[in-house]
Amino acid sequence: MAACTKRLDRFIISLRLLRNLQLQNERFLSTSPCLRVAGNDSESPKFVPPSKPVIVDKTQTVASLRKFLSPEFIPPRQRTDPLKFSIERKDMIRRRKVLNIPEFYVGSILAVIMADPNASGKSNSFIGICIQRGGKGLGATFVLRNIINNQGVEICYELYNPRIQKIEVLKLEKRLDDNLMYLRDALPEYSTVDPEMKPVPFSPTGEVPVNKIKVRMRPKPWSKRWERPKFNIQGIRFDLSLTPEQMEHAQKWAQPWLEYDMLKEYDTSKLEEQIFKEVQQEMSK
Amino acid sequence: MALPWLSRSLSGLLMETASLNCQRNFSVSAVAAAIQKMTRVRVVDNSSLGNTPYHRPPRVIHVYTKNGVGKVGDRVLLAIKGQKKKALIVGHKMPGERMAPRFDSNNVVLIEDNGNPTGTRIKVPVPTHLRKLEGDYSKVLAIANSFV
Repeated sequence: MAACTKRLDRFIISLRLLRNLQLQNERFLSTSPCLRVAGNDSESPKFVPPSKPVIVDKTQTVASLRKFLSPEFIPPRQRTDPLKFSIERKDMIRRRKVLNIPEFYVGSILAVIMADPNASGKSNSFIGICIQRGGKGLGATFVLRNIINNQGVEICYELYNPRIQKIEVLKLEKRLDDNLMYLRDALPEYSTVDPEMKPVPFSPTGEVPVNKIKVRMRPKPWSKRWERPKFNIQGIRFDLSLTPEQMEHAQKWAQPWLEYDMLKEYDTSKLEEQIFKEVQQEMSK
Repeated sequence: MALPWLSRSLSGLLMETASLNCQRNFSVSAVAAAIQKMTRVRVVDNSSLGNTPYHRPPRVIHVYTKNGVGKVGDRVLLAIKGQKKKALIVGHKMPGERMAPRFDSNNVVLIEDNGNPTGTRIKVPVPTHLRKLEGDYSKVLAIANSFV
């Protein structure tokens, strides 16, 4: 206590000294240079401070302020030791500190640059729409689809593969479904992405825009029977390709008891919060 | 002209003769599989043999591998326009390696016996790991326009 009071006294004394010094200096300085000049000019120029240079760092993307946990962090419901998942999460965070893996959803348009020993310039870039995000942990993948020279191409990228040099989100948006595999059977215009597309600016806060587009399909046969209720697809215009009788016939494969099956319930909300906090802490270190 | 809808062209031909309700007499399986005997393929170079229309699509009649399965970079024997021709697989519908591209059609480039391509240009994108076969198929890679 005595030490604190001593320090306080010294602080107050130093403040007073500073104040005195300031007053003394001000006496010698003239505080009205404009008034002197005004005697020569007819107008008195107001002091306009120079505009501050706005430094925009375009190399760093704005980190998302939305509360988003990448789905591969959430461990599946298994009989494995939680230690395995926590070790995996550590490795995933280590990789994320090196490479910025942005927030994206199925339906967003991404550009990926990958190291390729066989490609010219050692790196290979691909732009496409994300149609599926699969896998958990370090083996998490996402499939990008694009149509180049009338040929549909899909590449399944591993998120944590060291060959990936950059992942950039050109357009962040969600779709009505989690899995857009039906784009293979849709008209090609829905899978074409301009290879020289510029990134569309999106706000780091607020809701992610949902694209409620309903896609037109090619004539049947499709690679899968997308009208069946097990796929639960909202984003196809079935009325253009199927008759109402066919839609009813597809409902024969409905399993309405599935939503009441308690053994299939897997509530991840608490796990998610826990893992989100953990990931945030580790990333900020 | 060979279009991405090649796999439906057979059924399409039959559909015009059949009723309007799209009922066909056999099943056209769109299973994603690698290339084996009797697969219908799409010739992607600009050779005259590959691009002139014929009432039957080109089919694989032999695959030059130990097992009968053809992946990218394997040679196959095609039956085109009533004649036999060798070809090189440059893309298939079956998902393969994780970071490798998967195409929406089984693509094939016509080739001579010595490995020289028959056509002069390949417009369709070609996977980059074909470059490993630099020695044998360097001329095929030279005529490819774009790599994926």
